Amino acid sequence: MDAAGTEKPSLLLKTLKPIGIIGYGAYVPRYRIPAAEIARIWKGAEGSLPVKEKAVPGLDEDVITMSVEAARNALARAGIDPQELRAVWVGSESHPYAVKPSGTVVAEAIGASTNIQSGDWEFACKAGSEALVAAMGLVGSGMGRYALAIGMDTAQGKPGDALEFTAAAGGAAFIVGPAEEALAVIEGSYSFVTDTPDFWRREGKKYPEHSQRFTGEPAYFHHITSAAQTYLEDSGTKPEDYTFAVFHQPNAKFPQRVAGMLGFKPEQIKTGLLVPEIGNTYAGSSLIGLSNVLDVAKPGDRILTVSYGSGSGSDAFGLLVTGAITERQGKALKTRDYIARRTEIDYAQYVRLRRKITME
Amino acid sequence: MEIPRHWRLKKQRYALVGEVCPHCEAKIFPPRDVCPHCSGEAKTPYQFSGQGEVYSYTVMNDAPAGFEENTPYTVAVVKLAEGPMVTAQLTDLGAEPVKIGMPVEMVTRRIRSDGNDRGMIVYGYKFRPVMQ
Repeated sequence: MDAAGTEKPSLLLKTLKPIGIIGYGAYVPRYRIPAAEIARIWKGAEGSLPVKEKAVPGLDEDVITMSVEAARNALARAGIDPQELRAVWVGSESHPYAVKPSGTVVAEAIGASTNIQSGDWEFACKAGSEALVAAMGLVGSGMGRYALAIGMDTAQGKPGDALEFTAAAGGAAFIVGPAEEALAVIEGSYSFVTDTPDFWRREGKKYPEHSQRFTGEPAYFHHITSAAQTYLEDSGTKPEDYTFAVFHQPNAKFPQRVAGMLGFKPEQIKTGLLVPEIGNTYAGSSLIGLSNVLDVAKPGDRILTVSYGSGSGSDAFGLLVTGAITERQGKALKTRDYIARRTEIDYAQYVRLRRKITME
Repeated sequence: MEIPRHWRLKKQRYALVGEVCPHCEAKIFPPRDVCPHCSGEAKTPYQFSGQGEVYSYTVMNDAPAGFEENTPYTVAVVKLAEGPMVTAQLTDLGAEPVKIGMPVEMVTRRIRSDGNDRGMIVYGYKFRPVMQ
């Protein structure tokens, strides 16, 4: 109610039909470069490093191959025929092609039908969560029974730049379907978007640019708190109603600080905070945090997930875990299985794997 | 440029889709529409599990054109759980030594670019040590 006593309309995105996540799956490549190894090359090891290490893709991996594996894990948990999907959407800022959808290759590889939507999504680090909102709309309106949304990245970091410590590879896939089949019901979502130039990459350029300290207060913190506060208020929930919360994690510090600002406790964000171990997986960042939470969640748990994408915007989602979670968690490799598979590389190997050497 | 060939083979290459013989139930890979066991017509698509084991392998230090970037890499003959043998690269080996009989599983990876970095990217099956 406002001062005049009229009901304030809710800003939540609510679907006509109840919907939820019926399957999910993660992927993280095998290689890790410690932040201290990057510091050894570029600026010595003094000062605190933003993460312990980050995941690096192999020479034969890209957003398409990584999306295929995450999608196969999601399908194994959902237990549906891939022919029933009506959308295969990949959100990323490192699509292998500038022109030619990643989604079409992923759809073919996982055995989807030809009756699908398959455009790629781009919105910096919230490309995947934006695809998830679209999947909610497609399923929640009755246009299709199932939709697959993936957030996946092999993020680009300019050699010597602050972001090279964190720009990592990985992500997660989610299949949205009817609530009665869900392992977690999506209670609603809310998105907050403005024109904020904190980070960008111009067409044809290899590495992104960023506006240093501007990436904090007016960008990350303003958008995440705006999206989360509106979601909490309009859904009538409070931080203590949630067992877990996941925030976009460009480094270890930002998500911990924003959680505190919003009134969440460290134990609520601990499970979803993967950035110290795998780095910032950009479009995959908040979503792979969510997949790690779903790996251990119990029926009745509430989960708040808030993404952040530069440019800028945040999507907030509220999930309520159902009884179906227990038997689906073990039907595919878990997020931690991928994190535990680890081969450490040095900066020279990293330069080769990331194709920073000119061969011809 | 071999785009039509890559396009024709994409189903078997991306996901190990072969055929099953409707007469003797043999699983067939690569698909060839005629059963190599009973010579009957066999056109029913079959999705292989992707599980198999290393039958034999070698390390490529001098790669054929288009594969130089990945040297040294391991190529194996993999005996699929359903019977057929396929030749494929092994990937994600880390420090693990390859052994004959080692259980492996199929993953879809970049095989190469058709031509230089302006060409289409060719995706296909490789095998990695089984993840638990």
